[in-house]
This record gives sequence, C-alpha cells and structure tokens, in this order.
Amino acid sequence: MELRTIRAIPDPVLEITNLNLYYGTSRALKDITLSIPRKQVTAFIGPSGCGKSTLLRCFNRMNDLLDNVRIEGSITLDGEEITIPALDVISLRRRVGMVFQQSNPFPKSIYENIVYGLRIAGVKDKATLDETVEKSLRGAAIWDEVKDRLHESALGLSGGQAQRICIARAIAVNPEIILMDEPCSALDPIATAKIEELINELKEQYTVVIVTHNMQQAARVSDFTAFLYLGELIEFDDTKKIFTNPDNRHTEDYITGRFG
Amino acid sequence: MEREHIIKQYDAELNEIRTLLLQMGGKVEVMISNSIKALVDRDSDLADRTIASDHEVNHLEVLTDEKCLEVLARRQPAGRDLRFLTLALKIVTDLERIGDQCVSISNRVKELNEEPALKPYIDLPRLAEAARAMVRESLDAFVRGDEHLAAAVCENDQFVDDLNMQIQRELLTFMMEDPSTISRALKLNYISKYLERIADHSTNVAEMVIFMVKGKDIRHTSMS
Repeated sequence: MELRTIRAIPDPVLEITNLNLYYGTSRALKDITLSIPRKQVTAFIGPSGCGKSTLLRCFNRMNDLLDNVRIEGSITLDGEEITIPALDVISLRRRVGMVFQQSNPFPKSIYENIVYGLRIAGVKDKATLDETVEKSLRGAAIWDEVKDRLHESALGLSGGQAQRICIARAIAVNPEIILMDEPCSALDPIATAKIEELINELKEQYTVVIVTHNMQQAARVSDFTAFLYLGELIEFDDTKKIFTNPDNRHTEDYITGRFG
Repeated sequence: MEREHIIKQYDAELNEIRTLLLQMGGKVEVMISNSIKALVDRDSDLADRTIASDHEVNHLEVLTDEKCLEVLARRQPAGRDLRFLTLALKIVTDLERIGDQCVSISNRVKELNEEPALKPYIDLPRLAEAARAMVRESLDAFVRGDEHLAAAVCENDQFVDDLNMQIQRELLTFMMEDPSTISRALKLNYISKYLERIADHSTNVAEMVIFMVKGKDIRHTSMS
C-alpha cells in the first residue's frame, strides 16, 4: 500500500498514534496515526469492512462491549490517554457522545429522553432540566417541531425527527465530540438534508466525526476526510482536496466509483 | 490503462463526451486548412463552404455542453472525472472560438480574392499548419491524458508567436514601400493574427490538460 498523507493539524482534539486493533487474531486497524481537528467535521469513508466504524468506536470505547478486542497504540483526548483500562468510561462517553445508524430514542417522553443523561448524573433541579431540554432541542433544530408535545412518547416521531432527538440527547450532556455512525442511512433525502444542515451548525460548538457510506454526503458535510481501506488509513486531507484531486490512486479510484 | 467505473454506463457517457470533442476538433482542423487553402488557391467558394460549416461546430458545442451537464447532474462526478468534465466544458468554448476565427479568416479571404494577390503566400500556410497541428495535439493530449504532449503544445506556441511577428513585420515593409497595398496587407495582417489566436486557444486547452492530469494549475504562470 502506498504512503498515506499526514497533515499537521493545529490544536487537534483527538490524537491517534500507531493504533492497532485486533478482533481475536484478525487485525482490523493497522498502524493508524491521525489527528482529529477541533470544532470541525471529519468524515471517515471507505468500503465496507475497512475499519471506519471500528475506528470511530475507539473514540468512546464502544469496542469495550465486544469480547476479544485488543488495542495497541495511543488515543488521547485533549492530551489525556483514553485507551487505558482504568479510565472512567462513563465520563469519557459524556465527553464523547454518539449517534447511531438507527435512531434509538428511549421508550419515554421526548422530555425524558433529553434529560436522561442529566438525571443519571444526579441533576434534579427542574429549571436546569427545562433549560437543557429547550437548549438541546433548539441545538438539534427540532424544538419548533416538538415543543408542544414534549411529554408525548418519543417513539411516535418520524425517523428524521427521532434522529434529531438522539442528537439533542447527545448534546444535552454538553460533550466535546459527537460521533455519528451512518446517521442518515435510514432517512429520506429531506430528513437527510436537515441532519446535514444540523451537522454544519453543530461544529460551531462541537467536534463532529462522521462515518458514512455516502461519499457525496462526506463531500457535502465534512471539512476533512479520511479514506480507509483494509484497516489502513490511506489518505487524510482537506475534503476539498480528497474530492477534487486526491494524492493517492486508491482514494481517487474509490471516490470516482472505480473501486473493484 | 485507466480503471473502469463499476457503473459501465458512466464510462460510456464519458466516452461519448470524448468523441464529441474529437469530432469538434476534427471539424475545426478542416476549417483551418480550408480557410487558408481558399486564400492560396483564390477559391472563394471554398471560403463560403468553410463559413457555412461553422454551424456544425456550434451544434457540437451545444450537444457537448448538454451531455456534460447531464453527467454532472446524474453522476455527481468527483476526482479526475470531475476535472475531465469541467475541462470538457471549457474546451468546447475554445474549440468554438477557433471555428469563429476560421470564419473571420474566410471573410478576409473572400475580400482579398476580389483583388490581385499581394504576394505569394508562403509563411501564412506555414503558420496555419502549425496552428492546426497544435489544435490536433492539444486534443490528442486531452483524450490520452498525455501531459508531455500538452507541454509540447505550450512550447510550440512560441514558434507561432514568432512567425506571426515575422509576417507582420514583412507586411509592414510592403505598406511602407507602397501605400496602395495597405488595404490588402492589413487583411493579411488580420489573418495572421487570427491564426495566432487559434494557437492561443490550443495552448489554453493544453494547459488545462496538464491540470486534468496532474491536478496542477499552470495557467498564468511562466513556463520555466
């Protein structure tokens, strides 16, 4: 495989150095070195099985839920190592929120979905909770659609609304980073456009890392793009460069639809 | 050998655009040759036919533009496909302008053919041949993605510029010696200038080919 591009990222929020990840004996990530820029949108693209979701899930230790996973190398969040076993994973996940492919609102009211993280953290003050609900729902661009039915079940929402509720729930605990794993693949184009618009707004306050199979979506929403293939980081650069004139032949074959 | 797209129809569409551009290039090459042949042979009918053939070039320009827009809308091209398509959209403009220059040459030729020949035409056919070769080579470089051929076209532009200057100086001596030649000499002067513009259009195409292949924009930089 050819050399990957490594850019100097000023003030990265996450720094991944020589990261290897094994599922049993199979090596799913190979020597990944990458810096995730702060308050920018970074997209991971690559064919199925290239390791992009696996890499994303390293950032909030979601891989801990799987047996037989072993990690070598280093990931730091604001300079603090997050791969060590002793780390408080709960507080890590408060700092690094996640949104999944299938929206997964809890079978509770919209209001209770949003304040769930705060209640677990012991917040009881109603004014604080109310304020967080409005701020989070506004932040996720869904306040106007649900403000009159905050106490109705979140399960009655459309797919696109439910996904924005999940984003609101993620930002309610005021994380630094929001991880999104295929957040639009179950949505129609209009709902997708709303999420994409939201991603653009989120980066004013948060760092967003998104995994997507939809290359045009990566081109539309991200500032930086990483192309992974067979567990390796092939190229990482400005999204503008990746989609107009990438350095690597594999990257170009992939983004132009020539990948065999 | 370039890899094919997973969607074969996409390759077919890009090939169709390549073919349209080559057809357009072929037509303007014939127009260049015929417009100068009409001068040398004093054949005003050929000049008329050359002028009439310009609408075919215009028609191909419209077809190519339409096809490029369709592919942009339907395929959302990226990378080298995107560079190819945006380049194709610009190349059609250059080729269409070359056709227009040939119409202008033919109009001057018709006027010149009304009067006795000023002199035997030696250098203008040489200039026309050099410009025609540049058109062909810049398009060959485009369809083959050949940056070296494109660079050679850019270098040939200097030869055309020099020959144009030489022709202009020679015509100036005619006009100074005998003011009755001024009208004809000026028309020949125009023709030389039109041919030089054709070479410039080919150079534009060649520069864009280098951008397409290498992703490096060399326009408005001096060639070292």
